[in-house]
Amino acid sequence: MWVRRGLLPVTLLLLFFVSFSSQAAIDAYQFDDPEKEALYKKLIKELRCTVCQNQDIGDSNAELAKDLRRKTYEMVSKGEDEEFVLDYMSQRYGDFVLYRPRLNTSTLMLWIGPFIILIIAVFLLIRFIRRPGDEVPFTETDKAQAEQLLEREE
Amino acid sequence: MKRYLIPLAVFIVLVVFLAIGLKLDPKHIPSPFIGKPAPQFDLPVLHNPQQRISTADLKGQVWLLNVWASWCVSCRAEHDVVKRFVAMGEAPVYGLNYKDKPEDGKGWLAALGNPYKASLMDINGDVGIDWGVYGVPETFVIDKEGIVRYKQVGPLTDSIVDEKIIPLLREINTEAG
Repeated sequence: MWVRRGLLPVTLLLLFFVSFSSQAAIDAYQFDDPEKEALYKKLIKELRCTVCQNQDIGDSNAELAKDLRRKTYEMVSKGEDEEFVLDYMSQRYGDFVLYRPRLNTSTLMLWIGPFIILIIAVFLLIRFIRRPGDEVPFTETDKAQAEQLLEREE
Repeated sequence: MKRYLIPLAVFIVLVVFLAIGLKLDPKHIPSPFIGKPAPQFDLPVLHNPQQRISTADLKGQVWLLNVWASWCVSCRAEHDVVKRFVAMGEAPVYGLNYKDKPEDGKGWLAALGNPYKASLMDINGDVGIDWGVYGVPETFVIDKEGIVRYKQVGPLTDSIVDEKIIPLLREINTEAG
């Protein structure tokens, strides 16, 4: 019984946080089309709030995030597509605003870097495992010794 | 000996990268505007809302746009620098009164002095978004062709004015001449 009594305040405390985080970015935006609403919800998760380092604009209560949500809403409700909104934002705030940076010369290393490291790692791994000098030749005396041991087993 | 040299080299490379990483300011976001045409605006003037000023009106001159607001604490600190810059007479400074109540903005200028050629009202912050403003104060240098040549995020300081903005303005003026 004491376990349950102990759990209740903890549960309530957790619920308190849950309700807060999900309420962070509810604006009363009305959409005439569920597709537009879905696009809006997707976009506010893809755009970084530039003043709060690592939050998307959907998650932040910063003034700038509110403004960017309003701007996103205006563009989406006008019927603009995802590309248009992402272009609009990155033209103004740079690639940093996009959580999934696009492939261009300055982000090339970001995209292919991990693969380069993987290739180097695999290359080194193969080299270390299959070093020819490490192979100890199996001699006749070894063979005789092995046979002796096997016979003893039987 | 060679056994130890390779891990040591890897370690040194790692330390160098981490040291560079520590020096980088994650709050500094490179502006995508430098070298590109400034975004357009057409806004009412703070002290005379009937009058409007647009970016087209300002073409043909080198000018600065200083984004400020009465609620912005670092703008207050920056204000003396702006006044000193304007007194040098190198280029006119236009203010963008960003997300502010007009009365508050006017009161702020009345109390601290008004170095601006004019301040433009961006009450809902739409022009701010168009200009990629994310941290007030911000300052842009726009050349005669309407191209953004410099952007300062955060307050101007005397050394930024003397070492960056003034030399840039001189450079722009020799280009045109």
